[in-house]
Amino acid sequence: MSAPAPLRWQTARIAEVREETPRARTLAFDRPAWPGHRAGQHVDVRLTAEDGYRAQRSYSIASPPGTPRLEITVERLDDGEVSPWLAGEARAGDELELRGPIGGYFVWEPAKGGPLLLLAGGSGLVPLMCIERHRRAAAPEVASTLLVSARGPADLLYDAELEGSAVLTYTREQPPGWTGYARRVDRELLAAVAPPPEQRPRCYVCGPTSFVEVVAEALVALGHHRALIKTERFGATGG
Amino acid sequence: MTSFLRVSPVSRGFRRREPSGDASRIPPGQHLVEGFPVLSAGPTPHTPLDQWTFTLDGMIDEPLRWTWEELRGLPPEPIRCDIHCVTSWSKLDTEWEGVSLDALLEGVETEAAYVTAWCDGGYTTNLPIEDVTDGRAWVAVGYDGRRLEPEHGGPARLLVPHLYLWKSAKWIRGITLRPDDEPGFWESLGYHPRGDPWQEQRYWGD
Amino acid sequence: MDETMLDGNAAAGDLQALFAVEVTQMVGVCDGCGRTGPLAEAHTFVLAPGLTLRCPGCDAVLVRLVHLPDRTLVELSGLRRLELVS
Repeated sequence: MSAPAPLRWQTARIAEVREETPRARTLAFDRPAWPGHRAGQHVDVRLTAEDGYRAQRSYSIASPPGTPRLEITVERLDDGEVSPWLAGEARAGDELELRGPIGGYFVWEPAKGGPLLLLAGGSGLVPLMCIERHRRAAAPEVASTLLVSARGPADLLYDAELEGSAVLTYTREQPPGWTGYARRVDRELLAAVAPPPEQRPRCYVCGPTSFVEVVAEALVALGHHRALIKTERFGATGG
Repeated sequence: MTSFLRVSPVSRGFRRREPSGDASRIPPGQHLVEGFPVLSAGPTPHTPLDQWTFTLDGMIDEPLRWTWEELRGLPPEPIRCDIHCVTSWSKLDTEWEGVSLDALLEGVETEAAYVTAWCDGGYTTNLPIEDVTDGRAWVAVGYDGRRLEPEHGGPARLLVPHLYLWKSAKWIRGITLRPDDEPGFWESLGYHPRGDPWQEQRYWGD
Repeated sequence: MDETMLDGNAAAGDLQALFAVEVTQMVGVCDGCGRTGPLAEAHTFVLAPGLTLRCPGCDAVLVRLVHLPDRTLVELSGLRRLELVS
């Protein structure tokens, strides 16, 4: 756990770009020298312009450990500087720099056990989907509950994969005929969806700061132990 | 093993997005932005106005203190200025309202050569006294025709536009007059004691 | 609530690049209030001339980091102690 892990920037070439939603794309890289990663970790991405100007942002790894290509999912922020390039301009063959994998706190592997409670706000779904994909592939006997909050169906990442296996709440716009949740996650919603504290689920909460705070506090109020709750806050680091 | 200098690959088509403007007003290494970025080293403080005070202390016979009401009772000035953040963004023709530090220092006799501005949340910054006198600094309470918002330093911030914006301390609560230069929050960790953007005084040794 | 506030996960890359070990799991003790917790849970402010990690309990500064052109400066004096499970 405390093995030396020096971080170095490495050149990466985009092998494939896939649209996830109108605002989000998944970029896949061929990384033959990649040391491997754990579900929940992230990479730093750095872009360099012709005049030498550089910008750097962090993105969670979407691909689970063991898949041949490293993948990240990027959502375009309107006034962003990096995300419009990654989720707009970038195409197969383009190059950028990566540094990673990074993170040892917000990670899950089968040895940690379950059941899992994965709580995603917006693009916070990326690392949680990585964990869920890893679970499905490596430890399907571990139970998991996935709750995803999205502004609307057009913003829901990985909708086909989540079909039928996640509890969704659409906070701003709902599809026609929607009978599911239509509000921000609160204590009552969690009480209805989450496994009871007696099952000691390992909770992973990821999303904007306000989402993480509300959900983490609600979990504690419902009786979940703080030591079993891991959080990662997403936010604008410049776009 | 021979080490070699790695050159970063250019990401095709990536460039900094920025509006164009009068280049002669943009200091070296800066670029214009349209919005007003919010930068902070800590959570936004929210001191209730009925508890808010501004204090002038240090090398002064008697510390001076103004309540919010008293500060608002002093004649405000409009200030139109360019602002330059050490993180490389600049904004031209920003409009503020504030009380000149000269007005607050009126009648004060001091041999202080430096000041330290101190703020809610613990932020501090140091400046030579000549950089905050003679019409160069204000306690700003308004921005763009409105009360200064908390995320931009409201209810009051220091405004010293001729220096990098980290000197314009947000959530200011007082100024201490000092004989010596005491490095503040960023100055103690690499940032220049003075911070003149036209001399690109960003870091120690610049 | 400050939407721009992140947590120690956002500092992980910079700190790991410096110390060459994963730091977010390291347990820190706040010198201000004695609160103990993983650095990943520190309230982290990245939109600034430098990086600041604060105690989630009392807001005291735990760690500050500044990238200068030729070096990186780190101040850890807000941490009374760091623990790393080996």
